[in-house]
Amino acid sequence: MLQATDLNAIRAIITRAKRWDLFFSILGVLSLMVGVLTFTVLFVDMAIQGVPRLTLDFFTSFPSRRAANAGILSAWVGTVLVMLVTALSAVPLGVAAGVYLEEYAPKNWMTDIIEINISNLAGIPSIVYGLLALGLFVYYFGFGQSILSAGLTLALLILPVIIVATRESIRAIPQSIHEGSYACGATTWQTVSDHILPYSSAGILTGVIIGMARAIGETAPIITIGALTFIAFLPNAPFAGDPPAGLFDWILAPFTVMPIQMFNWTSRPEAEFQINAAAAGFVLVFMTLAMNGLAIYLRYQLRKNIKW
Amino acid sequence: MTASASARPLPATVGHGISERLSKKASRHVKERIIEAVLFAAAAFSVFVTVAIVYVLVKESWVFFQTVPLTDFLFDTQWTPLFDDAHYGIMVLLSGTLTSSAVALLVAIPLGTIIALYLSEFAGFKVREIAKPFLELLGGVPTIVYGYFALTFLTPILQKIYPDLPGFNLLSAGLVMGIMIIPYVASLSEDAMRAVPMALREGSYAMGATRLQTALWVVTPAATSGIASAYILGISRAVGETMILAVAAGMQPNLTFNPTEPGATITSYIVQVALGDLPHGSIGYQTIFAAGLTLLLMTLAFNLLGYWLRKRFREVY
Repeated sequence: MLQATDLNAIRAIITRAKRWDLFFSILGVLSLMVGVLTFTVLFVDMAIQGVPRLTLDFFTSFPSRRAANAGILSAWVGTVLVMLVTALSAVPLGVAAGVYLEEYAPKNWMTDIIEINISNLAGIPSIVYGLLALGLFVYYFGFGQSILSAGLTLALLILPVIIVATRESIRAIPQSIHEGSYACGATTWQTVSDHILPYSSAGILTGVIIGMARAIGETAPIITIGALTFIAFLPNAPFAGDPPAGLFDWILAPFTVMPIQMFNWTSRPEAEFQINAAAAGFVLVFMTLAMNGLAIYLRYQLRKNIKW
Repeated sequence: MTASASARPLPATVGHGISERLSKKASRHVKERIIEAVLFAAAAFSVFVTVAIVYVLVKESWVFFQTVPLTDFLFDTQWTPLFDDAHYGIMVLLSGTLTSSAVALLVAIPLGTIIALYLSEFAGFKVREIAKPFLELLGGVPTIVYGYFALTFLTPILQKIYPDLPGFNLLSAGLVMGIMIIPYVASLSEDAMRAVPMALREGSYAMGATRLQTALWVVTPAATSGIASAYILGISRAVGETMILAVAAGMQPNLTFNPTEPGATITSYIVQVALGDLPHGSIGYQTIFAAGLTLLLMTLAFNLLGYWLRKRFREVY
């Protein structure tokens, strides 16, 4: 027989346990709020400081010794060109590696080594890639402190991201698609090029955008290869100037990029330059947010629309 | 099927064509082989990258250690490679790295774990659908921007609480670094917790356990190996983080474990040297490779620890 006192004791235990549940829920929300709040404060603070500087002149002027005249023309042009090199080298390489590992790779020690190696590469600090590029691209291959060196460095850095994204979106394709294609007599490559790549392309694109967003903000490896911070000129456009520049002359030109320009302004003591840094930072955050947001949206659409 | 096939036998030329196309020497097989080889080369390229990293770091460090004995490198208490009276004690940089990482992890591990437990065990579907992408955005902010935030926003606030705090300090940089690492820890831990089979939770609830009891005593132990990997990734991020420290912690080498002092880390030293104009092949140039090798060995050690933890604590369902 259950005594009334036992019942009360049990009720007390339940109330206490529920109170702890509530306490932890609140703790969880508060912890989330720390992240949300930091991000909001960071964004708003930078917007208040920087947005008044965001005139058209800011985008069309070179850096200058006078803060009020300085702009980010060479920085954003440099970023666009470096990203072009990065995308053109990392995307084919990463997608090819992902396709090999999912569709071709036999189960043997070589495949194991490649897989372990890729997950290790993802854990190597970005500045170490900068040292690799300094030793290999800048001095050994003689590319110098150029757009090419920077683009290739960032390509190596985001290669694991693209490989993993490719593999995951290929794995999401049902096995029956493979089987159907093989049953019709297709070769492995026909299966890959006609079915696997088209069906996984949206997922791969999401991974590529996330990788590029990361590459845009990377500062340390590019500083390490010795990129100059004061660049008041643009790389030669193809066929411009006299004598006319070659089609790919820009690739070996010295450059600066957005995060380096921001670092340069941040490390100056004058308050006016801090405002420039805030403005450049706002543009940078806006770009990465837009890219990440696009990736998240694409993934959301993908999950909603595809029903195998 | 067989009846119709026997009724209309295939012309001899078609039969010949099929057997030729199916033979191993046929052009489509050669093409397949070439494509496979190209794709394999792309996958193997990642191994080449690792080899190149190790080769470059070891080659330059080797020259460095011809001049500087390893014992000096490990036990000297000064780091002044660019002065006339040069000292090469990596401990000085290591102390900065360890102090700032400790501050960052004190923020990121508790908050990241609580967020993961909350999102996986308490939050409703809607909250999770909003919070996860948001965390991703938080992880996507460039670190130079976090550095600017630490220097121009957090440090002045901390100085109001603690007036003696210098303008450059490891504390502010470490705190912001912790916030930066939260998404990595939270998102990976949450994945591990969500992978725990529902049956375990149902068993726990059936025994009358509350959500918190289930989360702490059933889900967490079952997800230990995944949570440990998340922590290891957080540590690697903290140790390898560069720009926040280069901007907000000052770049003066300082043998200290006190976060309220300025200090240089392995990573911010590399940035400092790279910003200057050191001739290729000088001892100053080689120091950054020795520092980089130290960093690589540290992250490698953490990665190996991660593998071991995953193996040791993995629960298979």
